[in-house]
Amino acid sequence: MADTAVREFLHNLRLLPQTFKEAWLRLGKVPESEREESQATFHNFFLHIHSVRVHLRTLSPTLTWGLGLAATASFVILTITGVLLMVYYKPSTELAYQSMKDIHFTVATGRFIRNIHRWSAHVMVVAVFLHMARVFFTASYKKPREFNWLIGLALLVTTLGLSFTGYLLPWDQLAYWAITIGSNIANSPRELTDALGITRWFDPGGFQRQLLLGANYVGEDALIRFYVLHVFVLPLVLLILVGVHFWRIRKDGGLARPEDPMGGPAEWGGERRPVFEPLATKTYGLMAVVKGRRATVNRGPENTVMSWPHLLWAEMAVFMLTVAVSLILSFYFDAPLKELANPAIPENPAKAPWYFLGIQELVSYSAFMGGLVIPAIAVLGLALIPFLDRRPGGEGVWFGTPGERQVAWQSFLFALAVTIGMLTFTINFGWLRNWFPDIHQLWIIFINPGTLLVLFFAGWSLWVLERRNSVRLAAVALFTCFLIGFTLLTYFATVHRGPNWEFYWWPSQWPVH
Amino acid sequence: MSRLEPPRVSRRSFLSLASLGSFFAAIGVAAAGVFRLPNPTVLPGPVRRYKIGRPEEFPVGSEKRLEKENVFIFRDTEGIYAVSAICTHLGCTVARSSDGFACPCHGSRFSPGGKVLGGPAPRPLPWLEISRAADGQLVVLADNEVAEGTRFRVLAPSEIEG
Repeated sequence: MADTAVREFLHNLRLLPQTFKEAWLRLGKVPESEREESQATFHNFFLHIHSVRVHLRTLSPTLTWGLGLAATASFVILTITGVLLMVYYKPSTELAYQSMKDIHFTVATGRFIRNIHRWSAHVMVVAVFLHMARVFFTASYKKPREFNWLIGLALLVTTLGLSFTGYLLPWDQLAYWAITIGSNIANSPRELTDALGITRWFDPGGFQRQLLLGANYVGEDALIRFYVLHVFVLPLVLLILVGVHFWRIRKDGGLARPEDPMGGPAEWGGERRPVFEPLATKTYGLMAVVKGRRATVNRGPENTVMSWPHLLWAEMAVFMLTVAVSLILSFYFDAPLKELANPAIPENPAKAPWYFLGIQELVSYSAFMGGLVIPAIAVLGLALIPFLDRRPGGEGVWFGTPGERQVAWQSFLFALAVTIGMLTFTINFGWLRNWFPDIHQLWIIFINPGTLLVLFFAGWSLWVLERRNSVRLAAVALFTCFLIGFTLLTYFATVHRGPNWEFYWWPSQWPVH
Repeated sequence: MSRLEPPRVSRRSFLSLASLGSFFAAIGVAAAGVFRLPNPTVLPGPVRRYKIGRPEEFPVGSEKRLEKENVFIFRDTEGIYAVSAICTHLGCTVARSSDGFACPCHGSRFSPGGKVLGGPAPRPLPWLEISRAADGQLVVLADNEVAEGTRFRVLAPSEIEG
């Protein structure tokens, strides 16, 4: 064809648009057959995270509500907007607040980008919490997904860590006092060591606080530490964990779902589904084999569809929706920026971000118990769930085993009554120190409304365990109580706590000062 | 022991174990080094010693709040004393209230002497050491806690002569 190098060169040059396109897009066109669709998935670096085929149940919006994906989408938004904010933000106590003002008032689109960053963070926290609830109530943590449940828990903690570290960076009043309180919560084991009189020899609280702040006060060293954690360490940790989380989903055989029935056309979702029949001309390779009890080839009904385009469309829809929610919120509501941080006068009330307010309510009973021990108990309890509830059944179905819905409702009402009762009692009658002014601090640490709530919830769960004779139902009881308690305390501290952490029906009744 | 009897631990497994052990020891030491760095050796921060003026500036019965320093200065018939304004619960700054001090963050309440009256604070507000500088001014040493009731005694002229 090309008898000289010059002609070969010209020929190649002429073909350039075509060969370049092929090099980039491999197929060079929208896939038409299932074979091409499968290649579109596993020949692409970004898409090969998917399996080639995906189960219909996995695509059902009411199974997952797309929550894990929404969390991932908001993390992507946060990364992009975060990098943009880093262009102007200056992590120093002298300049931080001024650079926030610049971003807000001067930088083109700066205010909008910051709002998106703020709102996506909220969306991500909400999505992560709801995703955890979804996984729990569909029993999707059961074998072989125990490990991925733990990874998910680590992701929850990392997400909250990212929120917390981001909170200090504006260096305004809200930031300064929230971090003062937060770092003193890290310091709060001293409450116990002081009460026991051993702080001089054993001071884990002081150590934690020093590690967090790099000093004895919230200042330059604290700001730079929080900055490094917020823009590098924690996002990296989160990224690695997300990678493991997704990889485990594939290794564990996709999303949890009930076993498909064996053999024959089956009725599912109100329709008769055809049996999968392998074609003689096709080879079914190992890439389709994942950790299920059996390969789906030639056995049982075929309830899977191609990931390209079905899964891809679903993912893009969730992504779009997440972006849309963040954009709409950012358009209508500005991220707050208070006055410059003033170490002499706290905000009154000085409130943490809303997702920490439940903890702040507990902290107002005892810093050590409410800020460290009870959250640690909650995380530990969540981590233990898949190892204590090991009986298979109900995977991938909302309230999949008998009685779960009933226990969930009962626990909902129980937790509602106990939490409201406890709050009402505490507000009306005070607590131990109001009745016995000279009481020893140890009593307050161990007996306060927070610890009593934990005891009530644990007792209720044990009662369900004994009464209903089911570990899963006991877990449902405990998890529901945890969710309701957390939500109620968060709501209560957000709406009904005012100046001096006193009770008010509405923020409009707060005294003007 | 016969020379033909195989040793209980073969040379190969001994060397494997030793190298594995040294690997983990090296990793451990490296990790310790990595985690040592963020723990500050020197704690940066302002020296919390504040000159507050001459004793005559605090007449009996007076009280003064030093805003930047987060300290309350009181003068009664027995002397001058300083009470820290930093809440022992989670570090907010307390304000004067009708019955002593109140913390805006989580509702801790203290008596005028700093004793806990209510709320989550685990300890009373600390009393701080007061001394006198060479120029005759009073100095509050905010890092030095003293027992409740410790006052800087201001001698009346008659006492000095006597």
